Amino acid sequence: MNQDIAISVENVSMMFNLNREKIESLKEYAVKLMKRQLQFEEFWALKDVSFEVRRGEVFGIMGLNGAGKSTLLKVIAGVFKPTQGKVTVNGLVAPMIELGMGFDYEFTARENVYMNGAMFGHPSKYMEEKYDEIIEFSELREFEDVPLKNFSSGMVGRLAFAIATNVQPDILIADEILGVGDYKFQAKCEARIEEMIKGGTTVLLVSHSMDKVEEMCSRALLLERGTVRALGDVKKVCKVYAGD
Amino acid sequence: MSKKKQLVAIFSVLFIVSYIFITSYLPVSVVEDNDAYSYMFYIKTAFIALSISLILSAAIFTVLHRAFIMPYLGNLKRFQPLLWQLVKRDFITRYKRSVLGVLWSLLSPLLTMLVMTLVFSHLFRGDIPYFPVYLLGGQIIFGFFTEATNSAMGSVIGGASMIKKVYVPKYIFPVSKVLSSLVNLCFSFLAFLLVFVFTGAPWNWTFLLFPIPMLYTFVFSLGVGMFLSSVVVFFRDITYIYGIFLTALTYFTPLFYPVTILPDGVRQAMGFNPLYHFVDYFRSVTLYGTVPGLWENIVCVSFALCALFVGVGAFQSQQDKYILHL
Repeated sequence: MNQDIAISVENVSMMFNLNREKIESLKEYAVKLMKRQLQFEEFWALKDVSFEVRRGEVFGIMGLNGAGKSTLLKVIAGVFKPTQGKVTVNGLVAPMIELGMGFDYEFTARENVYMNGAMFGHPSKYMEEKYDEIIEFSELREFEDVPLKNFSSGMVGRLAFAIATNVQPDILIADEILGVGDYKFQAKCEARIEEMIKGGTTVLLVSHSMDKVEEMCSRALLLERGTVRALGDVKKVCKVYAGD
Repeated sequence: MSKKKQLVAIFSVLFIVSYIFITSYLPVSVVEDNDAYSYMFYIKTAFIALSISLILSAAIFTVLHRAFIMPYLGNLKRFQPLLWQLVKRDFITRYKRSVLGVLWSLLSPLLTMLVMTLVFSHLFRGDIPYFPVYLLGGQIIFGFFTEATNSAMGSVIGGASMIKKVYVPKYIFPVSKVLSSLVNLCFSFLAFLLVFVFTGAPWNWTFLLFPIPMLYTFVFSLGVGMFLSSVVVFFRDITYIYGIFLTALTYFTPLFYPVTILPDGVRQAMGFNPLYHFVDYFRSVTLYGTVPGLWENIVCVSFALCALFVGVGAFQSQQDKYILHL
């Protein structure tokens, strides 16, 4: 694969089984099987989506609620395996999807920092060096030994952002991340993302706000009910989005 | 041909070949004379063939599909820090809120042993010398199995918050749980040593072989744990069914009674209980100063590898579906 390509998505489709009632036990399953009540409804969250993101590019993904943005991000992050098609990712991905990156809410901020670093393959020695920077950036010094369950959602978001931008990812997936915290922290986040872009990090930006996408991205993708509605130059894509 | 079918094909051919080879060339002494040509003879030969073909087919498959296996090993290296973090976290959670801390790991097997000794030593007083050692030896091996499989079972569901948000190799969850249980086994082994010294049981050089039965139990528990963790994602009530099964297994394994009190038929059936073999192995090297023969080792290896193959196979084939059920 071409080394200039950071993410390549080829004909990806993602299907979910929507069963009316969730069957979670062997007993239920056996009963339903005997009554021949096992029904599945297919739902295609993504249909034949293809695009490429170049290294160092800032790429926007837009679409209304339920268009399949989060599903697409999860497929790229490797959380979902696509039903059909193929995703190739070159480099380390830091996904910030739906806030928080696999935090354990019973544990303190400090423990979660180390655990999260390990998820990206960084040993605790490496994280020790980064620890102060992460805590300073997220402004959580007073709360570093408080379990995450006592945090506000804004605090969790700040911590997630600080970690994700500090583990030196090659690709940063930011899902509505610019909505984290107050306007002061948002400005700080944007500055941070700018800095990373300059450093050569590829960024996937997902946002409802067209202004943000238009301002930061060079190219974009517009999803509609799981299919590609528009792809290419950000201005053109935004025009299509605005036209809807 | 798909990889799965290929593996099954390699395995079946090897199994048949080794079975025929063993039945025609095996010195009967390995299978004990009185078993010759009874049904036990055929079961035993099948077992030997099984362990040989399992090892060989795994080796052949690895060589054939290096390209398929290598990324997994690369993954293991990359996610090694996560594995240690998970084990460390288990350890911390276990002792975080207890005053006695790590001491509990030592005390709890000792106390259980004490209670059981008080209850049972009068029953089997004459039959078992050094009863506390006998009891605790079985207890720590069996306890390790119970703890490892039970905690591995819920591990994938417990890791949901991580699995839903980032890519992590799923096997890391059951593996970390079994490793945590191994750490606890080290503590209970210390308790065992204490009891050993305290009761004045005789020392033998064979005592040094104690890691072998532990290794067998470890591999076996890992296999069973991976299988359970995979199944329980789809059917949550497996947890309760397994709980009942474990209770039954506790009584079916000679932990607090000598195997000699069982009637003949039951004793033969006991041969199919893997835990009996592991526990027996551990007691032979530590307490009785005997080294189990070739046959005992084959049995243990076969049980361990069978469990591991089934577990890894079940886990591997289902792991992409977990996310949809968490």
